[in-house]
This record gives sequence, structure tokens and C-alpha cells, in this order.
Amino acid sequence: MAEALLQLSGVHTHIGPYHILHGVDFAAPAGQLTMLLGRNGAGKTTALRTIMGLWQASSGTIRFGGEDITRNTTPDIARAGIGYVPESMGIFAGLTVRENIVLAARSGPVDSTRLDWMLGLFPALKRFWNLPAGNLSGGQKQMLAIARAIAEPRRLLLIDEPTKGLAPVMVRSMIEAFKALKAAGETILLVEQNFHAASALGDNVLVMDDGRIVHSGPMSELVADKNMQQRLLGLSLDAHQ
Amino acid sequence: MTDIAVESSASTEQLPRTKTDWLPLLLVPALALIALPFVGSGSTWVTLTVAGLAMGMMIFLMASGLTLVFGLMDIINFGHGVFISLGAYASLLVLGPLGGWVQADSIWLNLGLLLLCILAAMGFTAVVGAVFERVIVRPVYGSHLKQILVTMGGLIVAEQAIHAIWGASPIAIPLPATLRGAFIIGDVVMERYRVVAVGIGLFVFLGMQLLLNRTRLGLLIRAGVENPEMVEALGYRIRRLFVSVFVAGSALAGLGGVMWAFYRQTLTAGMGMDVMVLVFIVIIIGGLGSVGGCFVGSILVALVANYVGFVEPKLALISNILVMALVLIWRPQGLFPVARR
Repeated sequence: MAEALLQLSGVHTHIGPYHILHGVDFAAPAGQLTMLLGRNGAGKTTALRTIMGLWQASSGTIRFGGEDITRNTTPDIARAGIGYVPESMGIFAGLTVRENIVLAARSGPVDSTRLDWMLGLFPALKRFWNLPAGNLSGGQKQMLAIARAIAEPRRLLLIDEPTKGLAPVMVRSMIEAFKALKAAGETILLVEQNFHAASALGDNVLVMDDGRIVHSGPMSELVADKNMQQRLLGLSLDAHQ
Repeated sequence: MTDIAVESSASTEQLPRTKTDWLPLLLVPALALIALPFVGSGSTWVTLTVAGLAMGMMIFLMASGLTLVFGLMDIINFGHGVFISLGAYASLLVLGPLGGWVQADSIWLNLGLLLLCILAAMGFTAVVGAVFERVIVRPVYGSHLKQILVTMGGLIVAEQAIHAIWGASPIAIPLPATLRGAFIIGDVVMERYRVVAVGIGLFVFLGMQLLLNRTRLGLLIRAGVENPEMVEALGYRIRRLFVSVFVAGSALAGLGGVMWAFYRQTLTAGMGMDVMVLVFIVIIIGGLGSVGGCFVGSILVALVANYVGFVEPKLALISNILVMALVLIWRPQGLFPVARR
């Protein structure tokens, strides 16, 4: 397995009185796409937000590129090279598509090669370049959210349920975009409920339940083993393909 | 950035059109036209309209900082009024040593004096604003109830400090000589100072619009008003932006305070607090966090107050509340609601 770019060890997170993460341990290898699966409420979103510093870990350590970032602030974590796409997409509806991208390129103007690559992945954005992002459809907003995360080079992308609520045709476009990102060597940690999308993309898979990692291994292993799917995810995944 | 390349290659067909929300903007001319037959005389109508615009600009200057602070920081700052008072009193720092310029028969010396008063007020209130944010506001981020209580407390302390430093009695400040009196064109009378106030208000409004819409800092502020958490997740230290906006908002209140003080020609420690009801009304009417909404709301409220005060003086006291109620029935989020996550 490739060297771990992101490593969580014994991470606990509390939100108010609620204990959400109960000692999460996992590694996301560099240059690979790691899927984080689990039922609703398993703690996947909390894990991503904890990595981003949006919620502070109560204990445990989060190492990124060998450095301990557990107590770092969110801007510092982002500056270390982690791009984040929240479940809500977090686009700025009152800003144009262009302004959303300009803002995401914190270190300066997006170079033309990168912009061409980005708009090649999500051509629809080109058509809506100077329109308020609030006018976009759900799928287009998701494209913008991901484009914003890659507006400048990142070492790791954290993406939370990008296919949620999207039409099948849009899900297919999204899968193609992620394949292109993989091919470009991006390291991605992707939360997903759609097993069809997950199995098409993941190099590795992590399954969470009740705030813990209950399985980790190659995606091919989980795809091949229906019993394991049934046991870990609690349903016949054929129904979701 | 290769914006041009993107724009040139993008198809302009089949694009959804951006809806420009003209209705709130049309309210102001519509209101003015509706008032004309009630006022009766054209010259009186012009006088009332110019006076209303001047009043609106001064309210805008005092309120614009508060709406930004609320929009970006989600801070309900009941202490905002004290920056208006402090700005007004800071003009004494200039009027003391340069008192002779008040009576000078030179428009340039008079305008120079006004400009120096404005700069002194903005500088002074910016410094006090930075301290106020650090000592009073920062410990209560995230709790509206505590913000109301603590900022009210801060306001009371600051008012007492004004009493201690400058005394409790009202202080008269004269208008610079060439700004007194009025321009008379036919039957139309326009007070000179009000015309200057309209000019300064427009200048500040256009400056803020340019800053918010044409600069990266403005982009950050607009994005921060919508979703501060996401701005942080993009790597920006929004806390610094918060402090900067709070300081700028305080300085704008100081500017409004100076203009208001020369308009009243009297300084009192409570003068800022006295206009806070009006300030809250205009930022609610405009849409919390919207500078454009604050601008339109300020003019609307001031014009209504002037027209109603002339046509039916007994209704003048409640006219602002009526305007707010009608606007909120029409648009519960204000004239220009700010998109939020």
C-alpha cells in the first residue's frame, strides 16, 4: 500500500453533549481514492469536519503529510493543502461562478492550464461563468463545489457525498470527473452512499458504523464479497446499482 | 486569470437570465412621485425630497457599518450608537485647534475643516472599535443574548466616559460659515449642508459598492456574509476579516456621527443611542447584511418621514414603524435578502 498522506489515530469527537466519533483510526494513502462508506449517522461527515478542524477532536491525533494537524485551525489546515467539499456544497450563491473560483484560488489567479483542465472536467460551468452560483441546478452546484476545491493544487481532497440527490445522468458525469481526478494523481477521501459510484471509483474502502471504522481494505475485496457487503452495510447492495 | 478566454468561448445562448431585482429600487422614485400630489407645491416637494435624501445619506452612513458587522459576524451590536457619539465628539479634537477655520469665508477652508473632522472621527472610532471588538464583543461570539447585554453595557460605559471627558452638558458646534444657509433656485430651497451630506453619502456608498464588487477583499466579505465557515475552509483567516470589518464599521459610524453632529449643531453623549432605533429599522428593511438594501432603506425611511411630517405631522412619529411593517409584510427578509447557507 502507498504511504499514508492522512492518518487518524484514536480520534474522538464530541459535539456538545454527544459523543460522535469513538476512536477513529484510518489512513488515506497518497495518490489513491479512498471511499468512506456507512449508513446515515455513522459519523462520516463528522470525520471529515474533524479533519478540517471545523469540529475539534476531543482526543487522538490527525497527521497530514507527517505533521500533526489535530489542533490546527481550519484556515491552517486548508493552507496545508486540503481541499474540502461539504455535503451542503458550501457554494456562495450570491457570487458568480467566476467569483467562486477566484476566491478559491487563494494564492493568486488560476493559471490558464489549470482552468482549462478544470473546465474540461466540468464544461457546464463555462456556460454559467458570469451568472450567480445560486442560479445553478443541484448538479451544477456540486460541479462548482468540486471545481472550487481543485482551483489550485491540493495535496488531499475531502469530498462529502457528491452524488447525493443528483439525477443518474449527473451521477455518471460526476463519476467520470472523479476518474479524471484519479488519473491526475489526486489523493481523495470521498464519503459516498451510492455503492455503484463508490465501487466504480474507490481504490480502498473504509466502512464506518457508530463512530468507528469497522472495516478497511481494498475496494475490490468488498466488491467481490457479497456477504461482506451485507454484513458491513446491512443491505443488498445490488439494489443500489 | 483567463476570464476573457472563458467568456469568449462560452455560448451565450440558452443561458438562464439573471433576474435583476428592480422592485425595491423603484420604491424610492415611486414614493417620491406618489408624495407629489399630497405635498401640493412642486418647490416644497423638491425641498422636502432633497432634505429627505440628505437625512437618508446620514442614516446610511451611520447604519452601513452595523449591517456589515451583523451580516458578516452575526453580531448584534447595540453599542454601535456609541461610535456615532464618539465620532461626533472626536470632531472637537479638530474644532479646538482649528476653530478659526469655522468662521473663515473660504469654502476650501470650510470643507477642509469638515474633512479633517471626518478623518479624526474615523480614526478615533476605528481605534475604539478595535478595542471594543477585542474586549467586549469577542468573548460573546455566537450568543445573541449575551451580545445584546454586553454591548449595551459597553454603550453605557462609553457614554459615561464621554461625560467624564467632555462633560455632561450639550456642546454647541457651529457649521462652517460657507456651509450655512441655502441654495435658492426659484422657489426651491436646498440647505447647503444637506447637499454636501448627499455628496458625501453618495461618495461613501459608491466606494463601498466598488470595494464589495470589484475587489478581492469585497469578494471575501460578501462570501463571508453568506458562509463564513466555507471561507475558512478555503484557507482564509476570517477572524482577521471580522476585526477589519468591525473596525471599518465603527469608523463609518464615526463618519456618520460627524455629519449628524454638524446637522444638529449640538453634541450630546446620547446622540448615537437616539438614532439607533432608526438605524435598526433601516438595516432590517434593507435586509440584514446588505449594503445596497441599507442604502435604499435609509432613503426610503427618511423620505417617508419628511413627506409624512409635512402632510400629516401627527403620523410622523410612527411613519418609520409603518414603513418597516409594510416592507416586512411584502418581503419578510428585507428588500435585498442576503443569501445564506
